[in-house]
Amino acid sequence: MDKTPQTLPRQSWTFSNEVNSEIRRAAATGIYDIRGGGAKRRVPHFDDLLFLGASMSRYPLEGYREKCDTSVVLGTRFAKKPIELKIPITIAGMSFGALSGQAKEALGRGATMAGTSTTTGDGGMTEEERGHSEKLVYQYLPSRYGMNPDDLRRADAIEVVVGQGAKPGGGGMLLGQKITERVAGMRDLPQGIDQRSACRHPDWTGPDDLEIKILELREITNWEKPIYIKIGGARPYYDTALAVKAGADVVVLDGMQGGTAATQDVFIEHVGQPTLACIRPAVQALQDLGMHREVQLVVSGGIRGGADVAKALALGADAVAIGTAALVALGDNDPKWEAEYQKLGSTTGAYDDWHEGRDPAGITTQDPELSKRLDPIAAGRRLRNYLNVMTLECQTIARACGHNHVHNLEPEDLCALTMEAAAMAQVPLAGTNWYPGKPGF
Amino acid sequence: MTITLDMAQTDLRTVNTTLQAAAKGQANEAYIIENPRGSHAMACGLDGALDVTVKGSTGYYTAGMNKDATVTVEGSAGPGVAENMMSGVVTIQGDASQYAGATGHGGLLNIRGNASSRCGISMKGIDIVVHGSIGHMCAFMAQKGNLVVLGDAGDALGDSLYEARLFVRGSVKSLGADCIEKEMRDEHLTLLAELLEKAGADAKPEEFKRYGSARKLYNFNIDHADEY
Repeated sequence: MDKTPQTLPRQSWTFSNEVNSEIRRAAATGIYDIRGGGAKRRVPHFDDLLFLGASMSRYPLEGYREKCDTSVVLGTRFAKKPIELKIPITIAGMSFGALSGQAKEALGRGATMAGTSTTTGDGGMTEEERGHSEKLVYQYLPSRYGMNPDDLRRADAIEVVVGQGAKPGGGGMLLGQKITERVAGMRDLPQGIDQRSACRHPDWTGPDDLEIKILELREITNWEKPIYIKIGGARPYYDTALAVKAGADVVVLDGMQGGTAATQDVFIEHVGQPTLACIRPAVQALQDLGMHREVQLVVSGGIRGGADVAKALALGADAVAIGTAALVALGDNDPKWEAEYQKLGSTTGAYDDWHEGRDPAGITTQDPELSKRLDPIAAGRRLRNYLNVMTLECQTIARACGHNHVHNLEPEDLCALTMEAAAMAQVPLAGTNWYPGKPGF
Repeated sequence: MTITLDMAQTDLRTVNTTLQAAAKGQANEAYIIENPRGSHAMACGLDGALDVTVKGSTGYYTAGMNKDATVTVEGSAGPGVAENMMSGVVTIQGDASQYAGATGHGGLLNIRGNASSRCGISMKGIDIVVHGSIGHMCAFMAQKGNLVVLGDAGDALGDSLYEARLFVRGSVKSLGADCIEKEMRDEHLTLLAELLEKAGADAKPEEFKRYGSARKLYNFNIDHADEY
């Protein structure tokens, strides 16, 4: 019998299994997909950049002998008491509510041991957090949950949150499962409701108003605290310039890989720009205003190791912030919980239903039994180790490029592996002296 | 003892430093501020018993984050008066601009004139009494506390509100999403009588209607998606 050759079954690239599964999920539930974390799609990133190192034209520094400083001072523009950090890596804002009390404590312990700061989030300041964080940045958010002048005064810096990389233009979200009695009490909300934070501040609407709001915050805190303005990676040139105009001491710029506790997947994946694309326009804005290094720039969104830190600094940042990576260091998405991730319909590395409050690692939950799984002392040590490794890696690269301070890293130390990264970072494509958009070409 | 600070000669920083130190020192003194000339952030961050009278109109964020102090503006106040107030009494003899009492946690904000849009936005326990009328989107996402209006309310009153209680004597142009008229029970009449007395308002509780949350948007339900 003749056998007619058959073509292999062909899956659609456009309608992939993953896409179709989302269509079926939407059809069954009638509600958008909500998840935690940052953009998961592949975007041009620090991986697409390389350092050139030293040779004939640059002298390197001895790796184990010659000093390579990592200290950074944030808030030198107006604040009477700027924040002095030993390392240029800070812990990004994450709320008690989104995270367990133990996880917040661990972040404070780890950051303090490494000589850096940690940050509150939507939901106010907890005693655990203040107590275990030598340097604590207090976020001033649209919701103003738990906001009070006493906590404002006992913070070391104030971060006015305008936007977030995962959702520029969106407010916070904490679903009913995580609004326990304590979380509800701190936020003045009924227990168990789906809490949707406002996306805009309630008492100012633009940079002119914000300038007056910052005046008020400074008047209340005796002009001591550095005022940060956090922006999502939307229009980094103009947003940075307007933040400077409004009176920021520090601009925190969060690209689309930056995480969130919970928001719509469509928002995370389709709104905002990659971190790599945001840095140069922001630095350009600071330079055009004569404010580069006068107003410090902190970059976040997808920072994973010392190489990422070094690349962000080389592009002009003064420091970086980590959120997702810090959670992984604490124990988030650890393979030891694989059986439990499977039960939740996920797998190690992919678990992102943080809003459901059922995190097997006990980090993104308010469940007392799950929270107990995280030992804040041991987790704090892991975070410290990780921060130390990142710092050593960053120093290794800086020395190899001949710099005695990590802030002396510069765009001229870099080349790009792809046209996209070359265009975004404005550094030459490897092996050329050209990048797309370079003046004169 | 009453002390006068003249802003024709004294800058904002000195005025606020003086008031904040007096409040913190529990001096229980009285201060008069002359020539405020619309200054922003006036008498903000006070933390303690102190009596402050401002002889004229002020700019943004007057008496912001007030605790325990009594601040009276003998004029009108700009946007965000008594924002995030914790306790004490703030009185505006004239009108208040946008976002009066925004996110306030406690105390009494007493506005003798009218209040503009977004009065009581995200309020978290504050009592606000407006002797005149209020603008649109007032008590948006209001969480806790009481808003009393002797005049009329503008569009979208109480949009997406939580557990705050709204009492309006006059007309309401429209109610916001999830805000409904509710039954005025004895407990509400008692509460309202107390608030009116504290604010020195010439009105009877029986003349008001009460509005609050229908609580239909507390947990997402696709059948209510059109409300958002």
